[in-house]
Amino acid sequence: MEILIASTVGVLTAGGVYLILRLRSFPVILGIALLSYAVNVFLFASGRLAIDQSPILAKYGEASYTDPLPQALVLTAIVISFGMTAVLVMIGLAAYLEAGHDRIDIVEGEDDAGDAQS
Amino acid sequence: MSDGGTFLIIIALLPFLGALVPGIMIRAGRTACATFTAVPTGLALIMLLILAPSVMRGEVVQAELSWLPQLGLSVSFFLDGLGLLFAGMVLGVGLLITLYARFYLSGDDPMGQFYTYLLLFQGAMLGIVISDNILLLLIFWELTSLSSFLLIGYWKHLPEGRQGARMALTVTGAGGLALIAGLLILGNIAGSYNLTDILQAGDAIRASEWYLPALILILIGAFTKSAQFPFHFWLPHAMAAPTPVSAYLHSATMVKAGVFLMARLWPVLSGTDAWFYIVASIGLITMVLGALIALFKDDLKALLAFSTVSHLGLLTMLLGFGTQAAAVAAVFHIINHLTFKAALFMTAGIVDHEAHTRDIKRLGGLRHLMPVTFVIGTVGALSMAGIPLFNGFLSKEMMLEEASHTDWLSNRYLVPALATLGSLMSAAYSYRFVSHVFLGPVREDYPHTPHDPPFGMWVAPALLAVLVVAIGVAPFLAEGLVTVAANAVTGADLHPHLKIWHGVTPALWMSVIALVGGAVLLAAHAPLDRLWIAAPRPEAKTIFDRLIAAVVTATRALTEATHNGANSRYLAIFTVTAVLFGWVAFSGSGLAAPTRELLPVPMVIAVGWILMIVATGSLVIMHHRRFRALVLIGIIGLSISAGFVYLSAPDLALTQISVETVTIMLLLLALHFLPQATPRESSTGRKLRDGVIALAAGGGVGGLAYAFLMRDVDTISGFHLDNSYEGGGGTNVVNVILVDFRGYDTYGEIIVLGVAGLVIFALMHALLDGPAARRLRNADYAKDLSRDRHPMMMVVVTRVLMPIALVVGLYIFLRGHNQPGGGFVAGLVVAIALLMQYMASGFAWTQERKKIEYHTLIGLGVVIAGLTGAGAWLAGQPFLTSAFTYVHLPPIEEFELATAMLFDLGVFLTVLGAVMLMLYSLSRIARFAGTSVNVEPMDYDPGDPAYDDGVER
Repeated sequence: MEILIASTVGVLTAGGVYLILRLRSFPVILGIALLSYAVNVFLFASGRLAIDQSPILAKYGEASYTDPLPQALVLTAIVISFGMTAVLVMIGLAAYLEAGHDRIDIVEGEDDAGDAQS
Repeated sequence: MSDGGTFLIIIALLPFLGALVPGIMIRAGRTACATFTAVPTGLALIMLLILAPSVMRGEVVQAELSWLPQLGLSVSFFLDGLGLLFAGMVLGVGLLITLYARFYLSGDDPMGQFYTYLLLFQGAMLGIVISDNILLLLIFWELTSLSSFLLIGYWKHLPEGRQGARMALTVTGAGGLALIAGLLILGNIAGSYNLTDILQAGDAIRASEWYLPALILILIGAFTKSAQFPFHFWLPHAMAAPTPVSAYLHSATMVKAGVFLMARLWPVLSGTDAWFYIVASIGLITMVLGALIALFKDDLKALLAFSTVSHLGLLTMLLGFGTQAAAVAAVFHIINHLTFKAALFMTAGIVDHEAHTRDIKRLGGLRHLMPVTFVIGTVGALSMAGIPLFNGFLSKEMMLEEASHTDWLSNRYLVPALATLGSLMSAAYSYRFVSHVFLGPVREDYPHTPHDPPFGMWVAPALLAVLVVAIGVAPFLAEGLVTVAANAVTGADLHPHLKIWHGVTPALWMSVIALVGGAVLLAAHAPLDRLWIAAPRPEAKTIFDRLIAAVVTATRALTEATHNGANSRYLAIFTVTAVLFGWVAFSGSGLAAPTRELLPVPMVIAVGWILMIVATGSLVIMHHRRFRALVLIGIIGLSISAGFVYLSAPDLALTQISVETVTIMLLLLALHFLPQATPRESSTGRKLRDGVIALAAGGGVGGLAYAFLMRDVDTISGFHLDNSYEGGGGTNVVNVILVDFRGYDTYGEIIVLGVAGLVIFALMHALLDGPAARRLRNADYAKDLSRDRHPMMMVVVTRVLMPIALVVGLYIFLRGHNQPGGGFVAGLVVAIALLMQYMASGFAWTQERKKIEYHTLIGLGVVIAGLTGAGAWLAGQPFLTSAFTYVHLPPIEEFELATAMLFDLGVFLTVLGAVMLMLYSLSRIARFAGTSVNVEPMDYDPGDPAYDDGVER
């Protein structure tokens, strides 16, 4: 199981890094989404893996639980990464509408204001 | 804390609180504004006078508030003799300047701003002189740089004002940086950041190998502030400020801060060769050079500015001598220089104000037109020259006395000769101030015929002139203050006697030479002046400007070389660097053996894993088709949610699924306005390069994850598990952590989410005002729209689903404390339910039925969460302590009421508001793009008889 989780994190990271190195804003946003998954799983895994040990206290009898703290942290991280993705999408959208293209690199000879004629 | 300590803290706070007043009071008129500015200063001065008697007896008033004890930073003040002297100067002159400025500033100048800046500066300056903690002192030090920037650049319309302010800020700010380093080293050697402790550790500090670096850094700070050579050039340019500012900053306060610092640290730093040769030499050079330049300045204020530079050099030199007698002379001269120089600056301001020029070559003969000003100016100038019976004479005599027996590299004559030369030129420019401005015949060609100003304007310098004469005639008046201040500087118990007549000493002869020689020099001024103008000499401002230009060019070249605008390049560099650092860190130390065993992998999970890997791989390969990429992202997200379910994280699974849904919805909506495909434009080499980087990063992170997954770790989670039910009242530990143990984090996070929603809203607002709006109107998005945008099936189903979804949301919310769920998930679920309505029935139709603004929802959420947290204060508990109780109402089962639930309600509302606001912003774009607005739920009404024959109306 550990190998699966570690490889998941690795594959997501690799895919995310490859996508953020693309030249258009949309794949970069997708790449960041993949990286968010990777980071969240990574953080979650820092509490070590456990099966059938949900951190819901049992009313009767003794039970063992997984580490709840990383879960709490990841929960908010998921929500925050959603907020961040949403802002990025909007910035990407606004940049596209303002500039008329969605390239993320400034090309030599073109200023930040964008090309109005396209 | 003693009463005195409380007073001290109030004194430190008063100017800052007072700074709020002038901006408001200016509405009540200029006199009211000035009066209300004087109130905090006056109050602080009165409190200081109440504390004065005990300080004069040799006591030290202390006050301390703990701030960041871990860093050795505390808000601690102390008032000893030196602090009393400087605080008295800051407040006393501040009061006079307030009065003077009321009459000096013209009707066009925003007076409220001026007084606000003035009080800010006064507070900062006051803070420096009474701080006990050197870190606190540094904060005030930087504050003086900033507030003096505002004051010097007060006349924003004058380029000289702006340039002078920038130059002052650059030089003193750079010096401040050096000072930070120096004081940190000093604190490190002494083992404490409290001045009182540092002052006890003098021997250890001087013996330390870090003594010299600390000394040099601290001196750079002090020299830049006190305009010592070669940093003296900023001060004359700062004269572009209004005269009240010059009089305040450059006679009594700002430039004396450096002198104060040297005096404050005198017991610790002085007494070594390094101290003597650096401080005394620089002081001597500055004194002579400043006096020389002052002699040939035609601008009255420039003359006074260079004279100030010269006198600051004199003070620095005296402190540099390192003897107790020299320290006494320095303290005495600080008082004397303050009195005559502030009076002279104000006189120059009056002349400028009345004659509309302060060019000496255009003045002369003002004695008859401005008799009062003439008397004040003359008293000040004669004191500056060092004429007996004025106070400047007394301290100058003491300086010459000290200089007369100081050897420099075993040369007996160098220091006395140069000191005499400095005094001689000082006498010369003082004579010139009087004779070329006031004496001589009355001229016909003043830009404006001058006369004496109103009483309010000359009374402040007149008071100072009275002090000049009083101390000059009866020096014992100042003896008490000089004694306590000098004792504070030297740490010794001195009993200096200030006298006019010391007998026929070498100092007397030097004085005579200076006074007579000064008169000779004045007589020869005209030819010398022509020589001076003809002679080439370095212009500090040009050098400074070139230096700044060179720095700007260099940094611009560096920026352009590294930041060429290629975002993908930065990201690649960043990733490679991170991988390399990770590699170095990882290979540095060996890993311990694994302590955990691999968990088994059931078949279902293996299938899910394969699904996820394949989806990720496909996404990378097929990301050019954007719509398909979104579908793949959805698969990845759902696989991860399933993984969370399996690995005992039900809360995470719920959150991930709902976030996934909302994210994909938003991305879909946004994609509508973006190109549908990503062009293939990367070369094969580039793809290969990116692939290698990606694999390295993925391999590194994966390896790291595997490494720690196989090893156990100590966690603090035992505490959370043990206390969740007892202390937090809930059995869902994750939720209790969120709303209770780490509630403050959650509180911050919902605020961030709310801000994200507002940012998006604001972004769209700005966007739709710009060129993008035209582009949207002209774009043809309608072609790919379905003719039936709101199919009946979907409308009906979502309508039925709505109450169910809401109940699910409510259920998830309510059970959150004890079972998986909670505010975050509930907010997302309800948002999805609403989103479905928008999608099915159209934006306008849904909007009409919405009763509350989403902004309000965000605000309400944050406020409810905040108030719930603050409610704990009422019970005397820290912020966000939760309280709970179990209630038993007969027909229902026992249930829990917890304040944490209210907090969770805040979370719920914020999440809901933020998500909906984001959608709302997107739909605004759609409406700009010309999408028609439907008020009916469906484009076609099946019940309308007009459609029976299938013919559109």
